[in-house]
Amino acid sequence: MTHLPFIVTAYGLGVLIPLGFALDAFRRVRTARRRLAAIDPRLQGRARR
Amino acid sequence: MTPPSTIAPKLAPKLAPKSGQSLHRFANPGRFLRLSGAVLPWIAVPGALLTVIGLAWGLFLSPADWQQGDAVRIIYVHVPSAWLASGGYLALAVCSVLSLVWRHPLADLAAAEIGPVGAAFTALCLATGSLWGKPMWGTWWVWDARLTSVLVLFFLYLGHIALVRAFDDPTRGYRAGAILALVGVVNLPIIKFSVDWWNTLHQPSSFSLTAAPTLHVDMLWPLLIAALGYSLLFGAIVLTRTRAAVMERRLRGLLMARANAADANPYAAVGDDA
Repeated sequence: MTHLPFIVTAYGLGVLIPLGFALDAFRRVRTARRRLAAIDPRLQGRARR
Repeated sequence: MTPPSTIAPKLAPKLAPKSGQSLHRFANPGRFLRLSGAVLPWIAVPGALLTVIGLAWGLFLSPADWQQGDAVRIIYVHVPSAWLASGGYLALAVCSVLSLVWRHPLADLAAAEIGPVGAAFTALCLATGSLWGKPMWGTWWVWDARLTSVLVLFFLYLGHIALVRAFDDPTRGYRAGAILALVGVVNLPIIKFSVDWWNTLHQPSSFSLTAAPTLHVDMLWPLLIAALGYSLLFGAIVLTRTRAAVMERRLRGLLMARANAADANPYAAVGDDA
């Protein structure tokens, strides 16, 4: 395969950038959901029921 | 006599355009979280699968170009990211219109979340373009109309990200960002038609609405599959970030309400601790 370093770098970026954003987004949702569950009276009321 | 402040909220739904009213049904955070939670797996999983299939097909199964050799395989990352750089900005502009005209609260949050993702895909487009340009043109960069207009798009994204976060009052930041996004829309046709209007080093578009694509079908399919996969992933990432932003806003509201309650009655907090 010709131009291998250029191709590997392009594909590496093409996978890592969306993957990084996806993982960060899921981490943000998980953290927000956990913190919200701890203080949101509506969620706490639902959990007690 | 009824004071004007009580008349306005009653009249507002009647005076608002019908499309704005139906859009506001989705402004309810609970409804948005329910709907987006149901939709998310249906775009995230196919998006990831199609991206992997498109990239693997482009890397291992599609033919090399007679002139460019294997460097042509970079287009399977470069072209979808270029489409999403412009498409993402268009989505940002639509959210800005929804925000400025109908004051839709979710449009503000979505616009703020599209900005960083769009900037990342524009950076990916510029980086992969350079990685293709070095072996093909002999240079990482030229001040060609297409490349320069995409660089301007990248700066517009960065400006939007900075402006939205530059104010203590988030509403003012969203308004300023929306105005910048709408002004920047003028750059989209410049990007699209730059290769036709000026004599550029960048090749003309291989796709047109009025003519058959100039790409061979063995290269066209992996490119379209990768583009669809990346588009779904882009949507899934923005949707997940918007969900997080909605939850974080509710969290901030609850924490502020708690802080205000503690300020109003400081002895209650002492009593609780005791």
